Amino acid sequence: MEKIDLICIGCPMGCPITVEMENGEVVSVTGNTCPRGDAYARKEVTNPTRIVTSTVRVTGGKLAMASVKTASDIPKGRIFDCVKALKDVEIPAPVTIGQVVLKDAAGTGVDIIATKNVPVA
Amino acid sequence: MYDIVIIGAGVSGCAIARELSRYKADILVVEREEDVCCGTSKANSAIVHAGFDAAHGTLMAKLNVEGSRMMPALAKELDFHYKQNGSLVVCMSEEDRPALNKLYENGLANGVEGLRIVEKDELQKMEPNISDNAVAALYAPTGGIVCPFGLTFAFAENAAKNGAKFQFDTEVLEVAPMDGGWKLHTSKGDIETKVVVNAAGLYSDKFHNQAGGAPMKIVPRRGDYFLLDRTTGGFVKNTIFQLPGKYGKGVLVSPTVHGNTIVGPTAIDIEDKEATATTQAGLDEVREKSGIAVKNLPLRQVITSFAGLRAHEARHEFFIGEVKPGFVDCAAIESPGLSSSPAIGKMVAGIVEGILHLEKDPAFDPTRKGILDPKTLSPEEHAALIKKNPAYGTVICRCETVTEGEILDAIHRVPGARSLDGVKRRTRAGMGRCQAGFCSPRVMEILARELGVDQSEITKAGGKSKLIVGTNKDKV
Amino acid sequence: MKEYELVIIGGGPAGLAAAVEARKSGIQDILILERDNELGGILNQCIHNGFGLHTFKEELTGPEYAGRFIQQVKELDIPYKLNTMVLDLAADKTVTAMNREDGLFQLHPKAVILAMGCRERPRGALNIPGYRPAGIFTAGTAQRLVNMEGYMPGRKVVILGSGDIGLIMARRMTLEGAQVQVVAELMPYSGGLKRNIVQCLDDYGIPLKLSHTVVNIEGKERVEGITLARVENGKPVPGTEEHYDCDTLLLSCGLIPENELSRAAGVELNPVTNGPAVNESLETSIPGVFAAGNVLHVHDLVDYVSEEAGAAGRHAAKYIQAGCKDETARTLPVKCENGVRYTVPVAVRPDCADGLVTLRFRVGNVYKNKKVAVYAGDTCIFSRKRPVLAPGEMETVQLKAQLLLDHPEADHITVTLEEA
Repeated sequence: MEKIDLICIGCPMGCPITVEMENGEVVSVTGNTCPRGDAYARKEVTNPTRIVTSTVRVTGGKLAMASVKTASDIPKGRIFDCVKALKDVEIPAPVTIGQVVLKDAAGTGVDIIATKNVPVA
Repeated sequence: MYDIVIIGAGVSGCAIARELSRYKADILVVEREEDVCCGTSKANSAIVHAGFDAAHGTLMAKLNVEGSRMMPALAKELDFHYKQNGSLVVCMSEEDRPALNKLYENGLANGVEGLRIVEKDELQKMEPNISDNAVAALYAPTGGIVCPFGLTFAFAENAAKNGAKFQFDTEVLEVAPMDGGWKLHTSKGDIETKVVVNAAGLYSDKFHNQAGGAPMKIVPRRGDYFLLDRTTGGFVKNTIFQLPGKYGKGVLVSPTVHGNTIVGPTAIDIEDKEATATTQAGLDEVREKSGIAVKNLPLRQVITSFAGLRAHEARHEFFIGEVKPGFVDCAAIESPGLSSSPAIGKMVAGIVEGILHLEKDPAFDPTRKGILDPKTLSPEEHAALIKKNPAYGTVICRCETVTEGEILDAIHRVPGARSLDGVKRRTRAGMGRCQAGFCSPRVMEILARELGVDQSEITKAGGKSKLIVGTNKDKV
Repeated sequence: MKEYELVIIGGGPAGLAAAVEARKSGIQDILILERDNELGGILNQCIHNGFGLHTFKEELTGPEYAGRFIQQVKELDIPYKLNTMVLDLAADKTVTAMNREDGLFQLHPKAVILAMGCRERPRGALNIPGYRPAGIFTAGTAQRLVNMEGYMPGRKVVILGSGDIGLIMARRMTLEGAQVQVVAELMPYSGGLKRNIVQCLDDYGIPLKLSHTVVNIEGKERVEGITLARVENGKPVPGTEEHYDCDTLLLSCGLIPENELSRAAGVELNPVTNGPAVNESLETSIPGVFAAGNVLHVHDLVDYVSEEAGAAGRHAAKYIQAGCKDETARTLPVKCENGVRYTVPVAVRPDCADGLVTLRFRVGNVYKNKKVAVYAGDTCIFSRKRPVLAPGEMETVQLKAQLLLDHPEADHITVTLEEA
């Protein structure tokens, strides 16, 4: 029986949660104060994922950089692959929130989208 | 071959350059840092001492009083910030009264005008924040405060305007005599000159000794300071010194010309001439001693602390004179060096003129206008200025209200700003309570644009002080 | 220059939310004055997500959250000036501002909303001894360089301060290729949200050293190293020094509301928050001058900034429409006890509150198993169990104004912590 302590990051409350696992299966989740905490804890111990936020350079825009994010969460272990995939990405202005900046980043199946409007200079 | 090469672009070197630029001569100032005013001249108490402290009969005393007398007119001629706010040397115990009187007598002998002793009642009326334990004080109405950067830039710009050249990032490694003059081996090659002026501050002993003068040793004497927010302006009106005595040697508490309050310095002799770091012990010492002559000092309003090194020589005297043919010392200029600088400039220029028999330059222009501060204009003038030059309508430093127009002026002066610190010392951008947190990215952008370089080349203070190491993900 | 009924100083999240609500409450002539080259304020450089959970029930990044409000401002056709710095606010509400196009100009609005945000505490105010090299940045300045300009301020980083900005920058620098060696925190607890400890430090194996501070900075031209030491009773313990080679020190040691203009106008400040002392309508000591957001007190969630600023906008609108409030309205000062460090507002006029009174506060330490209790005079009118209370997390209590009206004998309100 494996016992994992973690802090739920679903909301700012940060409930301390304890997960008991047996052979890679979740046996019990305690400490959460809402169902989201339960869901988060189960996911975090079996398949932890994260949203990755970053920036890319913009050419011909009023601003030099546009902030971006993964459209949905990706496996935690692939964070740096996503970052590397963005390394030399440059996008031309205008940039609109939600536009796809990089499709299927590092083969995760998740697009990277812009989170900032950048008008043309 | 130059006529004169001045080693060091601190306040002494720049004052000398300015005085020499009255003559027809090829003048070069070599400076190892990237700008003028980068050594002791940028890290001191900013006081123009009235001249009662320096021992009567010394060159220090003579030049201090002379320099102090020259300051008011010079401040108008060269447009730098100077204020004759007065000095008070506070006596904390009747036991120390003989020492107070001795200081007074010394000041009288030095020719300091207006000196008098004030007793407790008058002292407390003059300065409500004086300690309740103060018994009396020596009052010197001619004591003043100055912007040390402004003073140095004023000398430098006026010298440059009148033909003197400045070469930065050039470290003099060795001086050696040659036919007709001196050869300076520098980090940027050899420079030949008829006359050398050694105004190298902390390193003036090095060149003095190399030239063959009687052995001299400069000991760096570190002074740690606190600078308090401009909201503390008015805490004291005069510069408050504590008379050394029963309670030890205190620190001064003074207004600055820009409305801050400065507290310090320590006097710690160290070995390393580059060690301008403050230490916990030094700052603690200033904190402890600051509460002796004054009460309720709002030390919590500190916005920054710094340390400067004075070029102290055991004999505690200025060494100004021709040491070897064509080699003129301006060495061991510790306090009251800043106060004496106008007089030092004149004296050294006189010595050099005597050596080279220089001809006066009829085209010499003694005036210099400082960087225009729009805050000094009337609303109508201000509006007209922005219409003519919109850069004055963009505020870059919020804390000190410094506009892009002033920063552009600072960059395009000769010698002009090429780094964040260069802009800071000329315009005050970055000297406010947020300490450049808001304005530095913007100043970096302006510097890069005006100097025609990438922002990654911009430094805090030249040399290796780059602010940016690369671009996002470049090492990923 | 056209005159406006309402001038809002600051176009960040507070200014934007206030403008939207003031317009929706019927004020036509509103002008937002913003010093940067775009609206959005500090959110523009907060490219991480976690914003909007309360407001939009979505997790947005800073720019996206700002974008939602900027869109509303544009849809409502609310005028704004960019690259405009307000230089002065007078006691009579005269606003003096400056920009390239209009030059120096003055406005004479009926009401002003202060939304200037806050600034970071610099190294100089922390009295950290050592050299003064390049490579020392407050976390926010580094954030601006990385996120807005695309420049890396350093490669080997030490961070002092475990507030959210420090934690966020630990992750940010790591994801852009820098090596963050350690985050040191003076207090025995972190000032930031727990989610940030997990997602910014634990995820990347960055150690957090509580009860530690920087006692020396090496490197004359560029940072070369720093020394950490353990702290006891606020003082570094000799012999616990640890040296770190690094080229960058980021400081995240406190945010200070930026009240230069408020001071100039003579607005009374609360010495605990360094922000204006306000009543239940978010009005300062100068009638018709309101404050909201980080300039009032430093927030941790922008959602609460928007709520607070929205209220300020509505109250400013009421002020403009209905004129000066009844000066004789019953005013209850709010007292803080037992670990409650401050409250916003500092005074409540039950007759002027719109049905609901919102009290926000912070505690001065970490508390477990407490009850937050609010008293009208000697009578408890509200209590709620709180398993954990921390200085880094602002608390909100919303009371029906009727509860105060039901106690006309009470001459003050107390917000306190009691055992659960």
